[in-house]
Order: sequence, then structure tokens, then C-alpha cells
Amino acid sequence: MCSLLRGEEMCLAQLFLQSGSAYDCINELGELGLVEFRDLNPGVNAFQRKHVNEIKKCEEMERILGYLLREVKKADISLPEGDVNPVAPLPKHVMAIMEQLQRLEVELGEVTRNKEKLQRNLLELTEYTHMLRTTRNFVQRTSEVSVSFCHVYEEFPFLEKDTLMDYSSMQRLGAKLGFISGLIQRTKIEAFERMLWRVCKGYTILSYAEVEEYLEDPDTGEPTKSVVFLISYWGDQIGQKVKKICDCYHCHLYPYPSSNEERTDVVEGLRTRIQDLHTVLHRTDDYLKQVLMKASESVYTWVIQVKKMKAIYFILNLCSFDVTNKCLIAEVWCPVNDIPTLRRALEEGSRKSGATVPSFVNRIPTNDTPPTLIRTNKFTSGFQNIVDAYGVGNYREVNPAPFTIITFPFLFAVMFGDLGHGVIMALFALWMVLYENNRKLKNTRNEIWNTFFEGRYIILMMGLFSIYTGLIYNDCFSKSLNIFGSGWSVKAMFEAKVWKDADIRGNRVLTLDPNVTGVFRGPYPLGIDPIWNLASNRLTFLNSYKMKMSVILGVIHMSFGVILSTYNYLHFRKKHSLYLVFLPELLFLLCLFGYLVFMIFYKWLVFTAKDSRLAPSILIHFINMFLMQGDGVQPLYPGQTGLQVFLVVIAVLSVPVLLLGKPVYLYWLHNGSHRLGMYRGYERVRRNSEEELYLMRAHDMEEGSSHSDLSTSGERQTEEFDFADEFLHQAIHTIEYCLGCVSNTASYLRLWALSLAHAQLSEVLWTMVMRVGLRMDTSLGVFFLVPVFGLFAVLTVSILLVMEGLSAFLHALRLHWVEFQNKFYSGTGVKFCPFSFSLHLSVT
Amino acid sequence: MPSLLFCGPKMAACGIVISIWGVIMLAMLGIFFSAKSAVLIEDVPFTEEDIRKDTNPPQNIYSLYNQVGINCFIAAGIYVAVGAVSLCQVRLNKRQEYMVT
Repeated sequence: MCSLLRGEEMCLAQLFLQSGSAYDCINELGELGLVEFRDLNPGVNAFQRKHVNEIKKCEEMERILGYLLREVKKADISLPEGDVNPVAPLPKHVMAIMEQLQRLEVELGEVTRNKEKLQRNLLELTEYTHMLRTTRNFVQRTSEVSVSFCHVYEEFPFLEKDTLMDYSSMQRLGAKLGFISGLIQRTKIEAFERMLWRVCKGYTILSYAEVEEYLEDPDTGEPTKSVVFLISYWGDQIGQKVKKICDCYHCHLYPYPSSNEERTDVVEGLRTRIQDLHTVLHRTDDYLKQVLMKASESVYTWVIQVKKMKAIYFILNLCSFDVTNKCLIAEVWCPVNDIPTLRRALEEGSRKSGATVPSFVNRIPTNDTPPTLIRTNKFTSGFQNIVDAYGVGNYREVNPAPFTIITFPFLFAVMFGDLGHGVIMALFALWMVLYENNRKLKNTRNEIWNTFFEGRYIILMMGLFSIYTGLIYNDCFSKSLNIFGSGWSVKAMFEAKVWKDADIRGNRVLTLDPNVTGVFRGPYPLGIDPIWNLASNRLTFLNSYKMKMSVILGVIHMSFGVILSTYNYLHFRKKHSLYLVFLPELLFLLCLFGYLVFMIFYKWLVFTAKDSRLAPSILIHFINMFLMQGDGVQPLYPGQTGLQVFLVVIAVLSVPVLLLGKPVYLYWLHNGSHRLGMYRGYERVRRNSEEELYLMRAHDMEEGSSHSDLSTSGERQTEEFDFADEFLHQAIHTIEYCLGCVSNTASYLRLWALSLAHAQLSEVLWTMVMRVGLRMDTSLGVFFLVPVFGLFAVLTVSILLVMEGLSAFLHALRLHWVEFQNKFYSGTGVKFCPFSFSLHLSVT
Repeated sequence: MPSLLFCGPKMAACGIVISIWGVIMLAMLGIFFSAKSAVLIEDVPFTEEDIRKDTNPPQNIYSLYNQVGINCFIAAGIYVAVGAVSLCQVRLNKRQEYMVT
């Protein structure tokens, strides 16, 4: 079993589907999401496949459904929320759905077009009304002037009555006065005026006024401001020019009434027409809404049904048609444990379609590497995702995910290490976990929220581990908690007469001496002593501690990675790798860096406060170990030089073994014995001992191959063994490993660096924000404390939790991906993507 | 009666969260100040005068500690009020949501 450690065992199977029941069988398989189909017609392009017409029909239906959905959304109708899961329709029902959709589309199209036309009409009438009203104001002014002259000039009665309002020409003057009136957008009016002036050179008079209300522009639908203008021109040619200019500026021109009576008549008529139009538009809107509401009830169901149908036809296109047997053949990758379920699904499909001959499944042997399937539940899927983001594992390779469940939150917590922040993070994650079935949380479109929600279990673990490391570092919002009572006593310094009262006043800092009796009463039971929070040399002490802790954790993590590679070697039956690769690697790592860890522990355990002045520097000893100079400094323990020389020699000797061992061994293996011919190709034979055959072939294949990574492609011939290629590969691996050991160990120092950064940021936030509020000693100071705390809370969440949290997450992830996984994980596999409706549907 | 709703659902939720956090944290700070914790010495507004002119050491510092502690408790009380207001806002928001849809 152990699916999470290694991945499921997969096999290649052939499905023989009767033509009549193919659709139903694939329907069943889609609902279950068991198998991944292989493309049996790779050379055929999309337009030459068998079911291309059905797919075209599906796409046509999808187009109409998309249009319907857009219209429904525009009309603000809410769609039914429920989790519907309708089955894919049978081919005979498809025509009915298609018909309904087409009818709906035609109806909606008609109604929308009518509505647009009516709205355009309404706009025109409104503009005309505005124009008439505004131009009356123009004329009102001038007619007051002309009224005073009206009784003077008798022979020009026409003139006096309404000089500027005359639409027809004034024959007596031999001149033709014409009027053009209309509306133009406000943004264009100045350019328009200037253009008129330039072209017509003063033979036109333009008066304009702005319309107060916003009119909707018919093309863009946005409310725009328009200006009513009235051009009076002199002469026919000028009139042509003016008309052309008006065309250029997209003005809406309306006929100018010749007299006041005509004007009032037109206004009346317009008013009634506008009222009518409003009523008609209202009714149209209502009708449209009704149609859309009726459609919205079934739109979602149709969308899902059409998608499922399209997916089934897509899969049917991947199958090949076996003419002799009158059935379809499909090749699928299937987990071995699911073959009975697969059989049952095929039987179910055959039964549903009423076929007489059942479809069946047949397992076939293959040389190809199957895709990797790792079954996860809601807890492990988050961790598996972050491992897969680096690379999906090879088939049956050790999966780092189960170990990541613990090591990742732990390394994060080492870098984050604050009790208060850990509590907040854990509570936030707990809320997400408890409400994980709340649909509103699950189905939001916000990408960032979805990322956090998917990783809710990871965040919960990170929070819980941070609480633990917060207790160890004794850091809660940058203050230490004194739970057990500090192990240091200041009073003892006075009792021992080392300090006097004058010392307190005379010195800025004083040092507590642990060698004085009573000052240091023993280590704090859990974590760092709270007195360090008050010490000014706190960072000196913590830095030393955290750096050593980082190196220790790093060496442990890396050794664990190297040990995991043995699982791979044993499973893929490469015993030689165990001795020629794993052993030198482990010796190199432990002899050098394992010894460093040993020295750290030795110094911690052996040297006490009494001989703290004589305590040696481990770094100097480590460097001297390489330079083989042991004489300058005092040895840590008797026999140190000898042991160190021994360890260095072993480490140096393991390098050539790592470099040459495996290529030379494989070369000897290939040229020293005869190889059997490889069993190639696959056959459609049903066998009981398929499993053994498969394993034997896999074993042969891998024994003869150069490296597990290279043995994935299909028809490789493994008769030849390329020594140069293998040697080069191993050389690169050796160099990478040996140099990597040094650089990766140093890389783990980021655990120290980030925890220091977090602690300092936390302290700065408290000092600069919270302390200001607490130190207020006025009586109104308490009211100042309330907003200060609010600010402190917001900054804590945004800077310390979000920013530092993401930073620590990233660095912990990097440590896993690079330093841990490059010791054993290749991650060049292919992920198993089963044909499943839920996967297809969730994409959109 | 004009609507008492003045903030949206998200703001009200933030208000509740900060209020709960404020109540718990300020109450604990108040307890620690009253217990005269040494770690919090820097947050107490004492001056050189207080220490030097102390007739009965360390009572001056202790009374300052108590004062800050009481300040914290009062602030916690104010946050209880803020939390109650936020809770009302959340309820009003929920009711409005039901009425619209």
C-alpha cells in the first residue's frame, strides 16, 4: 500500500468498448475519475477526428449558453446557487436542448434589438425637445429687441416679426438666410466653432448653450454632456459647407421650426411620443426580464451538461476504431487497485446502454513509465502540492511529502518563533478549518484568498509549531514570559559583596557573574531564561545559540535526505548504488559536518561557566582540522588530532569512490557478462503472471540502465552502455554533492538570520508603537492607548504576520526544495491526470 | 429612525477581531503590570527623579506600575464597548443582507 510514501502502482490497460455503449461507459468513467486516457491517434489533427461534428455542435451550444449567461448577468438576475450535478445527456436528448437554446437565442436577440432601436428613438426625441427648448431661449432674447422695431418698418413685415427665426429665404433682401440646428458633444464644441469661423469667414453666426441633463450616448452607453447649437448662415454654398462640417463632427441635426406656432406644435407632439416610448420601453424591459428569468433556471444545468458531453466526445476521439471487432479500443493508465472498480464501471455503462455484448478491460504490459499517482486527503494535499510545485516525483520514487508534513512547519517555526504571533496564526487557520465547508469561503474568485484557503492545514501546523518555538525562544510579542522563575538572581551579587550601592549609580551596565555563588541557580526548565530580555548582551548570547542550532538542524536534515535515497536504491534494486553512492556520500557528510555537530555538543556539555575563559573556538578547531595544524591551540580532548586526521582521510577517500565507483562497476558488469535480449513491445495477451513479467522487465531495464532518471522513455535499447556518459553524469553528481555539502550547511544559517530579523522587528514595533501608548502618564493617556493598540494590531498583522510569515514560508520551502530534496529526489515525473468531470468542470 | 449602519460587513468583522484581541491582550497586560513584572520595566513612565527621590523604595515605581496597569484595564473596557458596537454592526449587516435578497 503506502501510497503516500511512494505512489500507487499503475498499469496500462486496454478497454474494449462496444460502439453502442461507448458513450455510456465513458460517461461512467468520467463520473468516477479513475483512469487517464492515452491518445491513440496522435497523427490526426483536430479536424480529421471521428467525432468532430458532435464537438462542433457542443461548441455552438456553448456559444449560445455563454451569450445567455452574459445577458442574465447584465440583467442582475441571481443564478440558483445549489450544487447541481446533472449527468451528461444521451445523444438523442441533445437535439431537444439544442432546439431550446436556439429558440432562446433568437428570441433574446430580437428583443434586445428592438429595445436598442426604441432607445435610440427615445434619445433622438429627447434631443429634439432639448434643442427646441434651448433655441427658443436664443430667440427670446433677440425677439425682445426686434419687437420694439416692429411698427417702424412696414414694408418688411416678415422681417420684423421674427427676423432671425425665418427659415425660408428673405427674397426682398435677395439673400437667403438659413438655419441649421442640432446637438453636438460638449468636448467638440470649441473645435467646431473655430472650424466654422475659419471656413465660413464670418458668414455664419453660431449660438450655443449647454444642456443641463446628461444624455446617454447611443453608441457607448455612457452619459455625456451635449450642447445645443444654432447656426444661421447666409447663402446656399455656405449652407453646404456648414452641413459638411456638421457631418464631420457627428452632430445630430434636427429641423428648425419656422414659426412659434410650429415650434409649440412640434414640442407637444414630441412630448406625447416620448411618453409612449417610455411605456413601450418599460414593457420591453419587463418582457426581457421574464425571458431571462425563465432561462436562468436551467442555464447552469445546460452548461454543465454540454461540458460533460464535449469531454466525452473528446475522449472518444482519442480511441481507435477496431474495424474487425466492431468496437472501440482505448488505452488507459489505471491504478492496479482500481481495476475491479473499472470493470464494474464498464459493466454499469454497458447495462445502461442496453448492449448485449459487454465491454471489458484487459491489462497489457508496457515499457513506458506510468504517470505518478499519490492519493491524498484534505490534510496531506496541501503538503503534496508544495512538493509537486518543485517537481512531480518519478514513478514509485520516494515522496518527500509525508516528511514535509512535520519538517516544513518546524523549520518555518524556527524562523518565526514568537508565541503571540503563533497563537494568532493558529487561530486564523483554525477558523478557516472549522468553516471549510462554508460555500462562500470555498467559492470566492479572489486568487490570494484561495491560496491561503487551500493551505489552511499548512498554516495551522505552522501556527502550532510556532507556539512551541515561541515557548523555547521565550518570545511573546517581543516580551519574555516568566513562567517558572528565572534562574539568575541579582540579589546574590549584593550578598556576596561584589556590588555595592555606589556601583549601581556609577555604572551604566553591570555584568552578573555566574561564578559567584547564588547568582546562577540552574537552567530555566523550558526555553531561554526570561532575564535575557533585560540584558544588553542578549543578542550576543542568542546569536551564538541560534547559529549553532541552525548548523545542527541543517546537518540532521541533510543526513536524513541522504538516508532516504537508500529507499530508492532498494526499491529499484540497485544494491550497488547502496555501497558505491550512498556510503561515500554519508561518510563525507558525517565525517566533516557530523564531526562539527559533535564538537558543538561537546563544547556545550563539557565547558561550564568556570572555564568559560578558556573555552576554545570551534571554528578555529574546524579550520585547523583541514589544515592539519593541531599544535597552536589546546586540544579539546585527548587524541583530537589523531581522530581529526582520520576523519579527514576518510572523507577525502570517499570522494574518488563516489566519483569512479559506480561507472567502473557498471562497465565491468556490462562487459564481463552476456546480456539477455530485452523483451520489447506489448501484446494483447491476458496473463496471470503479468505482474511478475512486468517487474522482471523493469528490473532488467533498470539494471542495464545508466541512471534511474534516464530510463523513462519508451523504446530505448539498453544493449549499449555508454561509459563516458555515465562517468560524466557521476562526476557532475560528485562535484555537486561535495561542494553542495559545504554551501548547503551554510545555507541553513538562514534559520538564524530570519529568526533574528523577526525578533528585532517585533521588538522595534513594541518599542515604537506600544510603548508610546503605555508611557502616557497623563490622565487622558488611557484614551490614547486605545487607538495605539489598534495601530499596533494592524501593523503586527500586516508586517509581522503577513510579510514575515511569507518570508519564512519561502525560505523554509527553499530549504526543502534545494537542500533537502537534492540529496535524493529527482522530481522529473508526470502527474496522473484522470479523466474526471469534476476536474474539467472546476477549471472554469 | 435613520439607519444605524455605518460600516460594511468586512470592516465590522475587523472591528470584532481587533476588539477581542484588544480585550484579551490589554487585560493580560494589565494583570502583568499589576504583578510588577520586571520585563515590562521599560514601559513604565519613570524618570530619574522617581528613583532618586524615592523615600520608600520601590513604592514610587510600584505605584507607577499600578497606574499603567489600571490604564490597561480601562483600555480593555473601552475595547469591550467597541466590540459590542462592532457586533451590532455585524448583526445589522446580516439583517440587511436578508432583506435585499
